[in-house]
Amino acid sequence: MSLHNTLYKLWPFPGGIKTAGKKELSNQQAINSSKLSRYLSIPLSQHIGSAAEPVVNVGDSVLKGQVLAIAKKDVISAMIHASSSGIVIAIEERLLAHPSGLSSLCIIIETDGYDQWIEHSPEKNIQSLTTKQIISRIGNAGIVGMGGALFPTAPKLTTAVQQTVETLIINAAECEPYITCDDILMQKRPEEIILGILLMKKAVGAKNCLIGIENDKPEACQALINAIQGYDIPHSDAKIEIIQIPARYPAGGEKQLIQVLTGQEVPSGKLPMDLGIICHNVTTAAAVYQAIYCNEPLISRIVTITGGAIKRPQNIEVLIGTPIHNILEQAGLDKEKVEKIILGGPMMGFAVPSVDSPVTKATNCILVSAKGELDSASPAMPCIRCARCTESCPMSLLPQQLYWFAKAHDIEKSQQYHLFDCIECGCCSYVCPSNIPLVQYFRSAKTEILIDRQEHKQSNIARERHEFRLQRLERIKQTKAEASRLRKEKLARKKARDKENDNKTDKNNDLIKEAIARSQAKKTLQQAQKSTPPKATDK
Amino acid sequence: MLSGVLALIMLAAFFGLVLGFSAIFFKVESSPVVNKIDNLLPQTQCGQCTFPGCRPYAEAIAAKKAPINLCPPGGEKTIQALADLLDVEALPLDESEDTDPIPLVAVIIEEICIGCTLCIQACPVDAILGAAKQMHTVIESECTGCKLCVLPCPVDCIEMVPIKQTLSNWHWQEPQYSVNNKTEETIFTSIQHVLSENAHL
Repeated sequence: MSLHNTLYKLWPFPGGIKTAGKKELSNQQAINSSKLSRYLSIPLSQHIGSAAEPVVNVGDSVLKGQVLAIAKKDVISAMIHASSSGIVIAIEERLLAHPSGLSSLCIIIETDGYDQWIEHSPEKNIQSLTTKQIISRIGNAGIVGMGGALFPTAPKLTTAVQQTVETLIINAAECEPYITCDDILMQKRPEEIILGILLMKKAVGAKNCLIGIENDKPEACQALINAIQGYDIPHSDAKIEIIQIPARYPAGGEKQLIQVLTGQEVPSGKLPMDLGIICHNVTTAAAVYQAIYCNEPLISRIVTITGGAIKRPQNIEVLIGTPIHNILEQAGLDKEKVEKIILGGPMMGFAVPSVDSPVTKATNCILVSAKGELDSASPAMPCIRCARCTESCPMSLLPQQLYWFAKAHDIEKSQQYHLFDCIECGCCSYVCPSNIPLVQYFRSAKTEILIDRQEHKQSNIARERHEFRLQRLERIKQTKAEASRLRKEKLARKKARDKENDNKTDKNNDLIKEAIARSQAKKTLQQAQKSTPPKATDK
Repeated sequence: MLSGVLALIMLAAFFGLVLGFSAIFFKVESSPVVNKIDNLLPQTQCGQCTFPGCRPYAEAIAAKKAPINLCPPGGEKTIQALADLLDVEALPLDESEDTDPIPLVAVIIEEICIGCTLCIQACPVDAILGAAKQMHTVIESECTGCKLCVLPCPVDCIEMVPIKQTLSNWHWQEPQYSVNNKTEETIFTSIQHVLSENAHL
């Protein structure tokens, strides 16, 4: 095992900005647990991909850690578990903590207060687990990428196994201001992280592992180093390097971190896996530890609750499904100071539509800003073409050009200028002297293009169905015509036959008539004979 | 002199032959303009353009028998795309029909449906399921919202409802700042004002 802290060569990434970290607000306290909420509403879609399918019914009593909904088969999806014991009182649409402010299907549990676990025992024989077993257990625990992407971890690892992955990069940068949930996790539970990393490393068969951590977290870094040195790690071939990187936003972006650590740039439209690299977040590693060593699914996460309007900024381990207002109460909300309640950090977060919405696997931070704490959205001014956005863009894009194209809804041009490579980090909006909300434009343009593609796909299907219908109608018409032709022919044949028959019957009729005539003639003759003799005798 | 002229004539004849043959034998089948137009139309098959479907309308446009602004479901976007494709001027949408920009989907009120199959016959994309004297229902994902099934229904049990917004079809709104636009305008006017003042000087 080798540790390089200072000797490791680093590469810079283009652009980026220096931000005030504001991490000291919340990174010194212990991790507290959230108070058990009376109601937990657990969304069925807390990940990228299809929503999970519920396997419980209203009225069922569930235990902590019990499966509520299973991942949809053959598509990207993840399992959902009960965060506490209680009764399922509803499966219905509830408001989500999502920028859309839309509702989505949630399983609502009325907790019973016992917080009783489903039967589970810690795994003793970690060494004997195969790659397949590790991945299937990660899948069964409902683990998703907790750095923000929310991609289900099990399918990601499966793909990595199919391709050859050389390097496992653990993202411990946590570059966004205010957020300290990864920092505190590394400080307080470094062993869990290291053991989780070793499991993932074994699962993907990576040769080396790099942990990238920003140099503004010395305590966390030291804790990880101590954990590696002090802990009796059962994998003798483990090679984990902890690398301190300069604190510069967005060094924690997947592509930026890869560039800083390896000097490689992930090409447009490609994945890190194409370079033989797989990236995971530290929190995901800890969740993997929980899932495999303790057999406990992902039912809670550490949430940073911070900001000028919070009386006691801290990190709280929150059960998934707990309403946001519960945590706000626990940390003490200074109602007079509150300006905005933001989910996520100040750079990439969004305003919470409702404080009743639940904490999900994605919720890393609740930032309640005091008035004047964050740059308020002052009115946007015209672009002065200063190109500061271009200098700050970590993806080397041209935000200024993209802004014009997005504003003009020029789908083609936006794509030509690689709109989809934008990671929405917000650097361009941050540096813009005209306060233009560039990222908003890019987000809107991206979704607009995606919906346009979807519509085009849909219209192609409609065209196919219409053409198929026309063909079908044509076919029916032809069969009908054919049938009527056959019927007509049959009728004609029948007529001909009938005519023949008619002729025959005519002949018969003639014969009958003749016979009748004959018999009548005979009768009259007989009558005449009968009547004549007496006359004759008379005469 | 004569040999030179002859040589040139022979060369011309030779290249003419080569070009002529290659024009026939190596002809590249370009996608007919009808297909290109059809590809831009929304394929609702609603007939609001007075043609029986999107393809007939595309054929009419290609034959220059119809203007490009007859498609209400496609809206301004389609008109612009058609104008770009055909290199003609974009016309405003012909709004003789009542146009509704919100995408709709047909829903059969199943309690009222008598199973007459008239709507099934009207649906241009076979998106209605059912049989005679059996309740019918719309396959929502296939419905193009063309409203062609509404009129034939003898019991008025088909309703057109807006497509429900879900997380999968939700999209970020473009930033809308009324203040912003005003500022831009005021700044531009003030700049113009300054410029014109300077011009007077």
